[in-house]
Amino acid sequence: MKLTIQVNEGPYQHQSSDTAYFFTKAAIEKGHEVFRVFFYHDGVNNGTRLTTPPQDDRNIVKRWTELAQEHNIDMVLCVAAAQRRGLVDEGEAQRNGKDATNIAPGFRISGLGQLVEGGIQSDRLVVFGD
Amino acid sequence: MSDTKKFMYINRKAPYGTIYAWESLEVVLIGAAFEQDVSLAFLDDGVFQLTRGQDTRGIGMKNFSPTYAALGDYEINKIYVEKESLEERGLTLDDLQHLVWEDEDEDYAEKDSIRLVSRTELGDLMAEQDVLFNF
Repeated sequence: MKLTIQVNEGPYQHQSSDTAYFFTKAAIEKGHEVFRVFFYHDGVNNGTRLTTPPQDDRNIVKRWTELAQEHNIDMVLCVAAAQRRGLVDEGEAQRNGKDATNIAPGFRISGLGQLVEGGIQSDRLVVFGD
Repeated sequence: MSDTKKFMYINRKAPYGTIYAWESLEVVLIGAAFEQDVSLAFLDDGVFQLTRGQDTRGIGMKNFSPTYAALGDYEINKIYVEKESLEERGLTLDDLQHLVWEDEDEDYAEKDSIRLVSRTELGDLMAEQDVLFNF
């Protein structure tokens, strides 16, 4: 089955992004295709490479990055949500005159159309978080 | 993209207290370009999103409620409001904005976009959808 995953919560405060990660991983291991993981609302905070969780805790961002690289998953941060919350890649930094970037490897920033396209192209859109 | 799917955007939260109402509307407006069969549902505190006379000056946020009136221009004309949610909050249709769309097939006659439905009817409508966005 072809799936698009939508993640609406940031890391650590809520379990949603952990659950989304384990669901995505399990789906791939079961042989399903993940068309895209789309991060919206506070979910875009899953894509900052600047997080430094304690060493004895899980690193949620790194976990997403590794999953994306291992299985070639398209992981998209919504641009409007990312701009509001300070998630920046090279292009966004230039466009908006910012002095730094913080996007983690494996993520890219793009528009909400990518979410709608995920809904159209996939057999199921699975949403995590409020 | 040739295949058309039934998309329903479900709005459950009051505006301004959280960003969900506005970020839902952003998906709706972008999604309109994809020419799918789109409907919106307002239930629980989400019915407050459509109330008329919103004034946000006191909280320093943008009043985005006029945007709902533009939905008709995006050919979004199925706006379901759950009857029970309105009643539970002491609201009636008169407390909501009068949202309309123009029917091309009937010489651009102005028609109401809001359809009052019961909880059961809304459940049936949700069951018919291909994609549900829940905000």
